[in-house]
Amino acid sequence: MAHDHAADTTHHDDHHGEPAHGIKRWLFATNHKDIGTMYLVFSLTMFFVGGAMAMIIRAELFKPGLQLVDPAFFNQMTTMHALVMIFGAVMPAFVGLANWMIPLQVGAPDMALPRMNNFSFWILPFAFTILLSTLFIPGGAPAGGWTMYPPLFLQGGNYVAMAIFAIHLLGASSIMGAINVIVTIMNMRAPGMNLLKMPLFCWSWLITAYLLIAVMPVLAGAVTMLLTDHYFGTSFFNAAGGGDPVMFEHVFWFFGHPEVYIMILPAFGIISEILPTFSRKPLFGATSMIYAIASIAFLSFIVWGHHMFVDGMPLAAQVFFMMSTMLIAVPTGVKVFNWTATMWKGSLSFEPPMLFALSFLFLFTIGGFSGVMLAIVPVDFQYNQTYFVVAHFHYVLVPGAVFAIMAAVYYWLPKWTGNMYSMGLAKTHFWLSTIFVNVLFFPQHFLGLAGMPRRIPDYAVQFSDWNMVSSIGAFGFGLSQILFVIVIVQCARGGKKASAEVWDGAAPTGLEWTIPSPAPYHSFAVAPELK
Amino acid sequence: MDANLDAAQRRRANRGLIAGLVIMTAGSFAFGWALVPLYDVFCRAVGVGNAEAKSGRSQAQEAIDPNREITIEFVADPASVGSFEFRPKVASMRIHPGKLYDTEFYARNLTSQASVAQAVPSISPSVGAKYFHKTECFCFSPQRFGVGEGRDMPVRFIVDPALPPNVDKLTLAYTFYDTTQSAAR
Repeated sequence: MAHDHAADTTHHDDHHGEPAHGIKRWLFATNHKDIGTMYLVFSLTMFFVGGAMAMIIRAELFKPGLQLVDPAFFNQMTTMHALVMIFGAVMPAFVGLANWMIPLQVGAPDMALPRMNNFSFWILPFAFTILLSTLFIPGGAPAGGWTMYPPLFLQGGNYVAMAIFAIHLLGASSIMGAINVIVTIMNMRAPGMNLLKMPLFCWSWLITAYLLIAVMPVLAGAVTMLLTDHYFGTSFFNAAGGGDPVMFEHVFWFFGHPEVYIMILPAFGIISEILPTFSRKPLFGATSMIYAIASIAFLSFIVWGHHMFVDGMPLAAQVFFMMSTMLIAVPTGVKVFNWTATMWKGSLSFEPPMLFALSFLFLFTIGGFSGVMLAIVPVDFQYNQTYFVVAHFHYVLVPGAVFAIMAAVYYWLPKWTGNMYSMGLAKTHFWLSTIFVNVLFFPQHFLGLAGMPRRIPDYAVQFSDWNMVSSIGAFGFGLSQILFVIVIVQCARGGKKASAEVWDGAAPTGLEWTIPSPAPYHSFAVAPELK
Repeated sequence: MDANLDAAQRRRANRGLIAGLVIMTAGSFAFGWALVPLYDVFCRAVGVGNAEAKSGRSQAQEAIDPNREITIEFVADPASVGSFEFRPKVASMRIHPGKLYDTEFYARNLTSQASVAQAVPSISPSVGAKYFHKTECFCFSPQRFGVGEGRDMPVRFIVDPALPPNVDKLTLAYTFYDTTQSAAR
């Protein structure tokens, strides 16, 4: 059986020269480009679903008092917004980019395991159907926060089983995606493409894939324990039965902190591709960039306690987690300085991917700094559970991860479609996004420092002004994203033809620029030779 | 390793790598579960957390101190006049630390509707609070009363023999809140 499977995948490309027609092309897709496209379209859809939830949250918070939704529904929105954005928008977008670009960058004809690839994508729509359908069941959707802390999470209704099953499915999908990436990178590289020559995007994904394999099963274990506590009378986290609810936090954040880097390391890879291209200089300190990613990945396993400084922890552990967390600033600093040095004396040009990459560099660094502030134990005692935390993680996830994804889309879209997109519209999208994202999230720092708690539908009147500003930023940012869809749809339909190199005068590292635009349905059927 | 492998070699290389990655996945899953006992072992070895305290408390329950006798006084107050009649069955008890005792409080609904009430306990002096353990208490859950219904409600408690020697009297006071409004919501 295993033999047949392997044989089929090896000969797949020889049997089908052209893509199948209609729905079958997508349902039975094994081509990495088709699957990559599906991942990206799915991610964009979920970005708007999760975004709509954020709009409801910000609309309710526009003024103090309860106007639009009742508090129970508000809590469902904050929880579901997080789950949809993390597991539906950011992670599938990176997997989609990996599918499209890793085989093209390393000169492989396809991903190593095309059928598993199909499976890992098609799990997603089912998982999200289950997760989103909890909004329509009696008792509603999960409302105890995406972190699912017991006992609160377990006091809900039927959503407990549905949300946990959805998370199991999403975990399985991520693990299969990760195995595929590792096998492709390790076994499918073109001759001469040794590991140190490999583009940084592939490197960042290789390390991310190992992180996924190391921590997604831990999350699966943690939520399974929740399930047995709720339905089968075990007491892992039930104090009345000898368990400990804080234990869940330890197990969860052992997954949760590496998960944070799962959502940012591929972004580091993307930025490391784009900045050299538009600076017309090779990446400064490329090898140190790889070591920096690896050190961040290693450190991510020993810092989980900084999420629970106030939850009961001995002083020695607080000091350890504070120090180890601050240590992450060192490799991250190496990356930021290397990116800056890459641009030093380069001949810069400011096409949309470069603009998004620059915005990433500035705004992600702000998120990094507020992260170092939160790492300081006595300071965290004040900031914990306030909007300062919300501001921090949105700065690293929106102008961090999401802007990197947008930069990647604008960077590789001409390679995917064969057409140039409208530079004017894309730049408009960039400026609106960058301005509004700051209007949206920067005031939340002030709110948090002034003591506004997170995850609440109502607030004291002294927080009114900055909340109104933040909500205006949110609506502006949300509406600006419609431009993103317009640019992509226009580009897919037609436009000025893109050259194979796409970006004029660029000196990129990957092999994707050696094949014509659009990338042919079957590329690198014969492995390229690297000089 | 690279593409200069033929198809059969690559298949073998893929299978080996996939097997390794699947084992790694299974190992991570097992590690997630193993964290539960590992934390216990770690906390005992390093002496952090409350693993020691947990096991220590269960020993204390058996250790009756026959040479020491202290007074426990009981106080009961309804939070608002006219909602409930609420009083202890006995005003005080002489007890030995380390021994389990039972007592009862009586409450009766004085309002003209079915009501829900929640008792909130308080121990004074506060230095004694952490040595006074209720193993069963009507204050652990909301109490429901029909119109005019009254009943006795149990408390079971044990005083830790580690109670500082200068404390010879503890007062357990309950305030009885009418929570019918918030319970209905």
